[in-house]
Amino acid sequence: MLSLVNPTLKRALQLGLLLLAIFAFLGAGDDAARFNDLGHRLMCVCGCNQILLECNHIGCQYSDRMRDELTAAVQRGDSNDLTLQAFVQKYGTTVMAAPTTTGFNRVAWVMPYLALVLGLTTVSLIVRAWKLRPLVVPAGAVAPVTGAELEHFREQARKDTEE
Amino acid sequence: MSQIGSFALLLALALSAYSFLAGLLALARPGPASERLGETARRAGIATFAVVSLAALVLVIAAFQDDFSIAYIFHHSNRDLPAPYKFAVLWSGQEGSLLFWSLLLATYGLVLRLRHKTDGRLFAHASVIIAAVQVFFLLLLNFAAHPFAIMQGALPEDGNGLNPLLQYPEMVIHPPMLYLGYVGFTVPFAFALGALVMRYPGEKWIHITRRWTMVTWGFLTCGVFLGAHWAYSVLGWGGYWGWDPVENASLMPWLTGTAFLHSVMMQEKRGMLKVWNMWLIFATFLLSIFGTFLTRSGVVSSVHAFAQSSIGDWFVAFLALTFAVCLFFYVKNRSHLRSEHKLESLVSRESSFLFNNLLLLVACFTVLWGTLFPVLSEWVQGTKVTVGPHFFNRVNVPVALLLLLLTAVGPLLAWRKTSVESLKRNFMWPALGALATGAVLIALGIRPWKDMSYLYALMTIMLSVLVGLTVISEFIRGGRVIKGHTGQSLFSSMLQLAHRNTRRYGGYIVHFGVIVIMIGFAGAAFNRDKEQEMGYGDKMSIGAYTLVCRSYTQEDKPNYSSEWAIVDVFKGGKQIETLYPERRFYKASRQMATMVANRSTLKEDLYLVYEGLNQDTGRPILKVHLNPLVMWIWVGVWIMIAGTVVALIPNAVPVHVTAPARVQATPVGAGD
Repeated sequence: MLSLVNPTLKRALQLGLLLLAIFAFLGAGDDAARFNDLGHRLMCVCGCNQILLECNHIGCQYSDRMRDELTAAVQRGDSNDLTLQAFVQKYGTTVMAAPTTTGFNRVAWVMPYLALVLGLTTVSLIVRAWKLRPLVVPAGAVAPVTGAELEHFREQARKDTEE
Repeated sequence: MSQIGSFALLLALALSAYSFLAGLLALARPGPASERLGETARRAGIATFAVVSLAALVLVIAAFQDDFSIAYIFHHSNRDLPAPYKFAVLWSGQEGSLLFWSLLLATYGLVLRLRHKTDGRLFAHASVIIAAVQVFFLLLLNFAAHPFAIMQGALPEDGNGLNPLLQYPEMVIHPPMLYLGYVGFTVPFAFALGALVMRYPGEKWIHITRRWTMVTWGFLTCGVFLGAHWAYSVLGWGGYWGWDPVENASLMPWLTGTAFLHSVMMQEKRGMLKVWNMWLIFATFLLSIFGTFLTRSGVVSSVHAFAQSSIGDWFVAFLALTFAVCLFFYVKNRSHLRSEHKLESLVSRESSFLFNNLLLLVACFTVLWGTLFPVLSEWVQGTKVTVGPHFFNRVNVPVALLLLLLTAVGPLLAWRKTSVESLKRNFMWPALGALATGAVLIALGIRPWKDMSYLYALMTIMLSVLVGLTVISEFIRGGRVIKGHTGQSLFSSMLQLAHRNTRRYGGYIVHFGVIVIMIGFAGAAFNRDKEQEMGYGDKMSIGAYTLVCRSYTQEDKPNYSSEWAIVDVFKGGKQIETLYPERRFYKASRQMATMVANRSTLKEDLYLVYEGLNQDTGRPILKVHLNPLVMWIWVGVWIMIAGTVVALIPNAVPVHVTAPARVQATPVGAGD
């Protein structure tokens, strides 16, 4: 029967089956990875201030239950957003281990990078200003050596100290 | 007993207030009479140390005598508490730790006042500033957090006991180290502010405070990492750093202090960055106080905040006042802080210090921002949010990688200007070594494209190798020069090299320690853990290890009762160790605590936690973590400490730091 099928179609079917198998296996591993990922984006709410999957608080009334809820959500196939949203609705916004990227919470993420960019700009401007700053040699002082003469001295110093 | 302590605290307040006011008067009106007045102020400062020591001693004696009439002893001790922890009671609660802070400050003040002949006037200014800080803490102790407050009603038979989390050997040395760091920054702060107030000429105050700063920084480094080790060993969650507000509070002054240690070299060698350095040390001191405020005020919730009360307002007032004083004198005397040199090239040691400082400060800002954002969020949008490790790691890891890159490049750059050829020559082999390391790691199975944490880990290790090779090449290059002149072996030459310029080569050793720590951090990307109910003879496998539960047992001790598992560890079919993860119930405080069993090697830690019995099945639960490279962190800390000690040793051959040439700059308004 297969011999009757067009070879190109046959190859396409084989490729399709292979891809299906790969996705099936990827899917098998996905649940554990998703559980691990989501569990590290949530906090235990017992007051121990620990990540949900890291809470080892003895006698904790919350972490086991929350982990069970997370497992159920992942097995149901709920999306990440839906799962996290359900936790926020049930336990409040502090259940999220990091600020979201919406509304005012976005400021939390933007500010450090803004500080870095502003800092880099400022340092660059300072460096530029310093480079352009003229030096005045007072009367009687030795004039600074510059240009080729300076390079010559530097090279001499390098040879004296490194070789 | 409590009356002696209370009187000592009042007397200490009176003495330090006198030391401050008399010292201030003596400085305001110079003259022979003022000199005598200044001397009495200095002696009052010295006497403050004796009296504060007496108060601390009384509190420790009260702990050893189980004097539960003192509320502090009742709340933080009990009869069966082992002796070392009774000593640690001094810093285990709010009032005691403030007394301990005051004692350390008085000790630093004592050393400073005894060395006053180095430079009488500058030391007098610093002494007055230290006295002012001392007055604040003694006011707190006398009027807001009195350690000798008396219990009301019938005298209790036994105390509440020390928090179980604090009953661990490291807690006897971790807080003192941390406090020595926090408090120690008061000294360079006092010298900096004193120098600014009196328009002190030159950079001598920096030379005087250099060792103070390094010692203080060393203590803070020890304190921070002892805290990390304590968290790793006691909290039982398998990690050492959780970006908790109190951890962050200790990291912030460390970051600014590290920036100061680097940028101060620019002022010494080139007369640059004077304003910057002044504000860096101000910021470091303010952040130390701010850290204490965070720990005490309850503004942010923390797993480490063992002492909370309403003394936050006092700290806010002190912070505001200190900032105002700093700002006032800066505005008044800023013309004194003009730079004496200009930057000649972007490819120079100076600019590398600038960028190093920028990155350290951005890291500090990020930590501060993340710590306070929950408070800000509640204020702005009415809801509190959590800012946990995910945020801090995501923002700070790239900054740390950039810092590592600078640590590699910086030492290869010359002051003023570096030629591209020189940079290429010095950088080529380390860079090739780093690339080769990356290739080997990928060949060994690290897949950086699979997960961001793998990518970061790979980059961290590669950059660490880069830094390590540049440090080694610096030693070899310098050693060869000495070998050429003396004919000694290369190793002896390198030792001599380090001894000739201990600060520079000690610094390199510290850098080496940092990269060892960073490699340890990178290992966290590959952490694994497993949890399982383990009955007798049950097995659990993780990595190359198989754990077999041999037995469970119980023990009753005066201070606590405990139950623990006896777990045999097999590797390759051969038994290599037996571990005893434990769970304790402290009787006085009626609290549980875990004692982790850890088999630590350079390759990985096998970290075992006994989590207790399953409520449904009655079977014990064990959690095991396999944490690669953790030991590297603790080894790295030792290397850092060794480097700091080397940097503190006087040079064998004095290095004459060229005083910045007194070239008169054109009156451009630019500062640093």
